[in-house]
Formats: sequence, C-alpha cells, structure tokens
Amino acid sequence: MAPMKLYGWAVSPWMARVLVCLEEAGAEYELVPMSRSGGDHRQPEHLARNPFGEIPVLEDGDLTLYQSRAIARHILRKYKPELLRSDNLQESAMVDVWVDVDAHQLEPIIRPVVFNVIIKPFTGSDCDQDLVDESIEKLKKTLEVYEARLSTSKYLAGDFVSLADLTHFSFMRYFMATQYAEVVEAYPHVKAWWEALLARPSVKKVMAGMPPDFGFGSGNIP
Amino acid sequence: MTPVKVFGSVAFTNVARVLVCLEEVGADYEIVDIDFHVKEHKSPEHLARNPFGQVPAFQDGDLMLFQSRAISRYVLSKYRTDEVNLLREGSPEESALVDVWLDVEALQYDPAMSSVFFQHRVVPALGGMPDEGIIGESVEKLRKVLDVYEARLTKHRYLAGDFLSLADLSHFPETYYFMEMPYAAVFDSYPRVREWLEDLFARPAIKKVVSLMAKDFSG
Repeated sequence: MAPMKLYGWAVSPWMARVLVCLEEAGAEYELVPMSRSGGDHRQPEHLARNPFGEIPVLEDGDLTLYQSRAIARHILRKYKPELLRSDNLQESAMVDVWVDVDAHQLEPIIRPVVFNVIIKPFTGSDCDQDLVDESIEKLKKTLEVYEARLSTSKYLAGDFVSLADLTHFSFMRYFMATQYAEVVEAYPHVKAWWEALLARPSVKKVMAGMPPDFGFGSGNIP
Repeated sequence: MTPVKVFGSVAFTNVARVLVCLEEVGADYEIVDIDFHVKEHKSPEHLARNPFGQVPAFQDGDLMLFQSRAISRYVLSKYRTDEVNLLREGSPEESALVDVWLDVEALQYDPAMSSVFFQHRVVPALGGMPDEGIIGESVEKLRKVLDVYEARLTKHRYLAGDFLSLADLSHFPETYYFMEMPYAAVFDSYPRVREWLEDLFARPAIKKVVSLMAKDFSG
C-alpha cells in the first residue's frame, strides 16, 4: 500500500497539527514540500487537490483531504482510534468538545498574536499592538477555563491524552516562543499540561521542523 | 427515558444547529431558555454547563457538553440508525469527507456570513454604524467560498458526496439569517448552491426549527 502523502510546508502550524498525528499514529507517510513564497498553493496542480488553495492536503489512496483537524481525525480513526476514543460515545464527545474549543476559542486568539509578534516584523509590516493587547486579555479569560478543566482531569477530554490535546500543540508552539509565554505559565495546570505535551516523542520530532521564527531568521522562508 | 436538554434560545444559530440534528434523528428533547438580558449565561449554574458562558449547552443524564458541532456529533452518533447515519459512521472515506466539509462550514463559510450579520444587524442594534469595508471584504470571502461550493455541488448532490450529512445541515442556521439581508443577492450567481439550499430548507427537520425560530422572535 502506498504511503500517505502530506503536502505543505512543515513550519505551518496547520501542517504541524497533522504531522503530530501522523507521528503519534506511527503511520507511513511522505512529506511533499511546497513553497509558500513560490505560490505553489495557488497553482492549478494544487487547486486540483484543494480548491481552497490551502495546505495541508493529505492524499490517502483515492481520498484527498484538507482542513487540518479533518485530516487529523482521518489519520487517527484509521491508525490510532484510541486518540479519538471512537469506542466510547461519552469520551469521544469530550474529545470533540475540546477539539472545537481549540478551533473556536483558543486558536482565534493566539493566531493574531503569533502573526503580529513573530511574522510581521519579518515581512516589514507593523505589529498591531492594540490587537495583541486585546488578544492577551481575552487569552487570560480563556486560560482560566483551561486551568479549571486541567485541575480536574489530567488531559482536556479526561484522564487520557487525545486529539483534543494534540490539536493545541502547533499554534501554542509559536505562541510560547513569544514574550507572552509567561501569560500561559502563570496557570500551573496549563503549564504542566503543556510540558507533558512537549515531552511526547511525536511532538519533539515535529517541533524540530518548526524554528520559532518560521524560518525567516535563517533565510529559510517557507 | 429522560429527554435530553438543550440550554439556550433557538434564535441563536449555534442552538438551532443542535436542534436540527435532534429533529433529524427524532430524539426527545427539551429546550431550556437562558435569559441573556439578566446575564443568566454568566450565572454559576450556566457556567457549570458551559464554562465559556455561551449557548448552547447540552445535557444527557450525567453528560454535559458544549460547542454546537461537538454536541451535534454526539446526537447524530447516539441516535444513529441504518437509515439516519449523518456522520457516515462505518465508512472511513465518507466520514472523512463529512469532517472536511463540516470544518469548511465552521472555518470558511460561517465566519464570512456571521461577520456580515454582525455588522448589518448587531452593530446598529448596539447603537453603532455598520462598517461597510468589513462587509465588503466578508462578501468577497463568501463569494470565493461559494465558487468552490458551486463546483463541488455540480459534481455531487451534497457536500461530502451523494449523501446528506451533518456537513450540509450545519450550514442551515447562519444561512437562514443571511438570506434575510440584502447581501443574499450574492447567492444569485450560484444555481447549484441555491438548489442545494432549497433542498435543505425543504426538509421537515429544518422546517420545524425554522418555525421555532419564528416563534422565538415574535415572542
């Protein structure tokens, strides 16, 4: 059986979200590197895979998938369903809750901070400090919810690691490279949970391909 | 068997999403209103159900859930039958495509629409002026998304394939409100998308939720 192919650039947090799941699953895959600055994602060849012109894209036999969390679910359903708790209705519901919390509550707050604080200086745009400050205030309120949750269970969906935890890694990796990491570290259970994620072999492996400056500093622009 | 409980008014798109799923599977449920005017959504009782102080929250016995698409998945899985399998459980390829198009709805379609709704309806209600720049940008984003939908729905009857799924149903609530705004004309250029929407809006489950939403506004 041909290995799955994952298209994109490894520094992308959306790409890294999927890479962590591939590594956790121990699945065979081939990373097909694409160039963001070269506009590979806007070429007809890529639009045929993903009409939204985005990465990552997964090819698994005849199946072509996009949207990073949908790809992650497919990989885990196929190779490591315990990370979705597919066999337990209540537990899988909790996994789904916290995957959506990442998508709708956390990522929308930390993404603009990462973009303004890390990327904009390299692309010659001004950091929108008001937006960053607003986002940090929202983040504190959101982290209170995470802290309360992680005070009662070891991981987000329960006392078991799941996609709910793994999905958080990639954007947090970049956020925690900014001066605002201390905001997260002020919440002891969130901090411990984050450190547990960082200790996972899959996370260490994927993080090696994610320089904190997205590659801009070393000239390896994605 | 105790009916499941949905906390929040059906006027909210995220609550309506869950109700459509409950109606599709024919489950017994009860709606418990949460009164935003008296800040009930920030009360300790409600925060115990939804720690973000939002609606919906959902209770099935001891299980308390929030995030409308997570609740929807639970409902469709719990009450699944051979005839009503809207997550396409049992078929890895089909359920993967449902996941793709549900995320497209959540992360591409819905934000563009809700941005327009917020500027056009919510901002004036709060005493402000709609930002036409934001509206224009959001309508453009929506157009690009609809270009993709038109092509997709030209090849398949529904978004994930030739079968109805949660991915299609999840589009209903935000679309329902969008169609009441002048910007609805953006859909005029997309005949297959319009047919797909007409198909959805003709479903008894959706008609039932629409009637609940209409009652809610007039009440």
